Amino acid sequence: MDDGKEIALEAQGLTRRYRMGEVTIQALRGVDMALYHGELLVLLGASGSGKSTLLNILGGLDSASEGEVRHIDRHGHAQDLGRASQRELTRYRRHHVGFVFQFYNLISSLTARENVAIVTEIARDPMPPETALTLVGLGERLDHFPSQLSGGEQQRVAIARAVAKQPELLLCDEPTGALDFRTGIRVLEVLETINRETGAAVAIITHNEVIGEMTDRVIRLRDGRVDEIQANARRRPACELRW
Amino acid sequence: MTRTLDRKLLRDLWRLKGQALAIAVVIAGGVMTLIIAVTTLDALSGARDRFYASHHFAEVFADVKRAPLGLVERLQEIEGVNLIEPRVQAAMRLSLAGFRDPIRGLALSIPDGRQPLLNRLHLVAGSLPEAGRDDQAVVSDAFAEAHGLVPGDRLEAIINGRRVPLRLTGIALSPEFLYQVAPSDLMPDYRRYAVLWMNRRALANAHGMQGAFNRLSLTLQAGARREEVIDALDLVLARYGGTGAWSRDEQPSHRFIEEELAQQRIQATVLPAIFLSVSAFLLNVVMGRLIQTQREQVAMLKAFGYHDRELARHFALLAGAIVLLGWALGVSLGAWAASGLATIYRDYFRFPEMPFRIPAWALLLSLAIVSLAALLGTWRAVWRAVRRPPAEAMRPPAPQRFRRTWLERLLPGALLGHAGRIVMRNLGRHPAKASLSVTGIALSVALLMMGAYQLDAVEAMVDQQYRQVLRMDVELTFNEPTSTRALGELRHLPGVLAVEGWRRVPVTLIHGHREERTALLGMEARPQLRQVLDAQGRPQRLPEAGMMLTRWLAESLDARVGDTLEVQVMEGRRQRLALTLTALVDEPLGVGAYLPRRRLNTLLDEGPAISGAWLLVDDAHREALNAALWEMPGVAAIGLLDEAERGIRDYLDETLLLFALIFVAIASSIAFGVVYNDARIALAERARELATLRVLGYTRVEVARILLGEIALVTLVAIPPGWALGIVFSRLLNQAFSNDMFRIPLVLTPQAFGIAAGGVLVASLLVGIMLVRRLNRLDMVSSLKASA
Repeated sequence: MDDGKEIALEAQGLTRRYRMGEVTIQALRGVDMALYHGELLVLLGASGSGKSTLLNILGGLDSASEGEVRHIDRHGHAQDLGRASQRELTRYRRHHVGFVFQFYNLISSLTARENVAIVTEIARDPMPPETALTLVGLGERLDHFPSQLSGGEQQRVAIARAVAKQPELLLCDEPTGALDFRTGIRVLEVLETINRETGAAVAIITHNEVIGEMTDRVIRLRDGRVDEIQANARRRPACELRW
Repeated sequence: MTRTLDRKLLRDLWRLKGQALAIAVVIAGGVMTLIIAVTTLDALSGARDRFYASHHFAEVFADVKRAPLGLVERLQEIEGVNLIEPRVQAAMRLSLAGFRDPIRGLALSIPDGRQPLLNRLHLVAGSLPEAGRDDQAVVSDAFAEAHGLVPGDRLEAIINGRRVPLRLTGIALSPEFLYQVAPSDLMPDYRRYAVLWMNRRALANAHGMQGAFNRLSLTLQAGARREEVIDALDLVLARYGGTGAWSRDEQPSHRFIEEELAQQRIQATVLPAIFLSVSAFLLNVVMGRLIQTQREQVAMLKAFGYHDRELARHFALLAGAIVLLGWALGVSLGAWAASGLATIYRDYFRFPEMPFRIPAWALLLSLAIVSLAALLGTWRAVWRAVRRPPAEAMRPPAPQRFRRTWLERLLPGALLGHAGRIVMRNLGRHPAKASLSVTGIALSVALLMMGAYQLDAVEAMVDQQYRQVLRMDVELTFNEPTSTRALGELRHLPGVLAVEGWRRVPVTLIHGHREERTALLGMEARPQLRQVLDAQGRPQRLPEAGMMLTRWLAESLDARVGDTLEVQVMEGRRQRLALTLTALVDEPLGVGAYLPRRRLNTLLDEGPAISGAWLLVDDAHREALNAALWEMPGVAAIGLLDEAERGIRDYLDETLLLFALIFVAIASSIAFGVVYNDARIALAERARELATLRVLGYTRVEVARILLGEIALVTLVAIPPGWALGIVFSRLLNQAFSNDMFRIPLVLTPQAFGIAAGGVLVASLLVGIMLVRRLNRLDMVSSLKASA
């Protein structure tokens, strides 16, 4: 399955400890993994398994305590994220990564279109915000404020915002976590479309096993370690998923 | 840079409008104080300088008993003298049909039918007397206005005991009488004090000064040494009864304006310095907190790949917009208040024009100070927000360490209740934040207290002067030293209950290299109508030998009790005496040197003479007494103390107290701004927590109690240190405001403490009411869900 695919992100021996109040949490205990260009991947694990921490490190939002992370772009240029300065990490996020968060994190004072524009304006080769919003099925609701949108719609705006810069990597932290089943499926369909049509590598964090069925690979995390990597022979369309 | 980020800026500003406005008010308060003080100062000094220059205000003055006009040529040869002009001046009394109170006045000569060389008149109406007419006069503008006089009106003057009927030809302003105050008075009384200008020949005839003069005015050549000119003049004039030439600095009107300007200058530095630094500090704090509430947005924008400098610019613009709003508000309100004050000053100082403008440097300075303070606060908060890895900033904040607070351990749990415990722990968790809140409110308390102090202190000052020091009803000044036998005559006038004579001579006090011009006042050994008080406010007895000095005067001479001072008498035989300082006198208004009258008579080698008398009068016989006094030719001036007191109270009410009131208003707005911001930020920080409590079944009232409890506690804790700081501010102000015209006592009444505490409590209450309405709109579900 890995053959013929180019690595986009590679992690080796990642550990991460941080203090939370008075306790030290060992979030990652030596993770090795890779994300390939164009693939759809699920990071599966219970809460506290370290999946969010891993995603944050892969996205350049956080740094590992130990271990290496490398990003290799489509032209083959490699960048060591572990040694990158804050400025370099900012550039990495700005040009290569799109984020989708569980709680959407839209800016409430901006409309849907403006929430997307705030990212396209600083991107190198973005698609127009309208196109991105049409892609997620919100072409009709461009000028609505977050408070005027449902949860699913807000999450789709967040996805449009993440994909509008045409990133190589789309990192989604529990994108359906705050949504009901029907809305969740709609959001997954959008991610599926994005992956297919833009060729972006999509990594989805979830604790929902079912979502794994729509992807190329599933990486299971447990207690800060990779427990199992499972490759799917066939991706099941998101619309067929049930939970 | 990016349009969308800028749009976010505008929408954020709109969303934060309540807080932004409250911060703007804090800024406006500081800026306003500076603008008011600086603009008023600029208007006063600008108007004065212009008027002095255009009307050739003299630089040196000298009085003589009588000197021949021919002497002027000799004086002109004194090195350094530029223009010199002899004049005749005469103290006079006026009578005006329909006005029963005695009117004092000063008549001055002008060249026949012409403008004088120096101290030119600014005619507001009419014209100068025609040449050769001895029944025409120009009258001072303030007096004419007080009585509604117009050119053509008639009045009668008594000059040197002779009645002189006069017709007014004009109404004029003079640079010598911008501030028109009778000798020995502190405040102008425009109804009872007048200045008249008459043709030289007419006044010389009336005053027996044909071919002679008794006052000189002169200007100096560029580079001339004023002291040397004065010494040379004194040398020549001594044999003509010269009482010592003096410079502009001691000219009463000029001096008063100088004092006023000095006071304005202090007000323009001390008050804005205090207000601006307080508002800069508060601005720093509130801006910082405001940014902190946006921490998650900062993290998210960073996750998208925004650079730190782009974010810094974004928040700097946010702060900048608020600063600009506050500054503009401060400038316009300040200009508005200052223009109001300028109209009041125009009534006191008779300037023909009063230019009103805001100096550019004041605009720039105030903008720079508030911008710097805001940027500093913003920068720190933005820096804190951008410095953290975005992942960390986006994680819901880790549950922080909570401890039982020491207060909780002291108070039984039942007393605090759940709400109380949450309040205590919230404050205990963020001691730095809580102490900043307390400091902010304490500063507001202190500002309020400083304002209230001014109100009280001025009241106390006037009370002390007119209830304890000056206890007479009428002060009579004689044309010349008169035998004490006159006292017996006065005692028998209608309505007179008590009489005390006094003797006054102008002197120069010399101690080491310091000199002060003042007067030696000889009184009864234990004066009843004019008391000399000690530091505790107790009346003192005058010393058998030596003299007493006003504390302020002694300090400016650097003299201590027991020191011997040289006393140069400036009239008569011009004795040079050595007198020991035996005690200090504490009095709020004016300065002087005091000793028993008999002893002064002895020192002056004269019989039992008095310069005037104080009367205690039965009000019922006021009119009869006035009529009787009017008939006494030896009385040069009749001063009514209740009128003087009213004058000074009116003046203080309209100027100082208005200032104080404006500052109390500004301080209250600042207090409100601070409390409001504190509360809004507390609400933002606790929204999730409070919503959770609501979800768990707490009622609105119970939830409100937590938030309001926090505000109330912070406010209450802030009051005592605020009082302490208020005392410090008041002391600072008190020291800055003391001058030789008046010293404001440091009295802090319970009322001042009350106003200070009440102000912030009312502000907190208002904020509490506004907050409860906001709490009612708290959306439980979305507060729980949304993290941005």
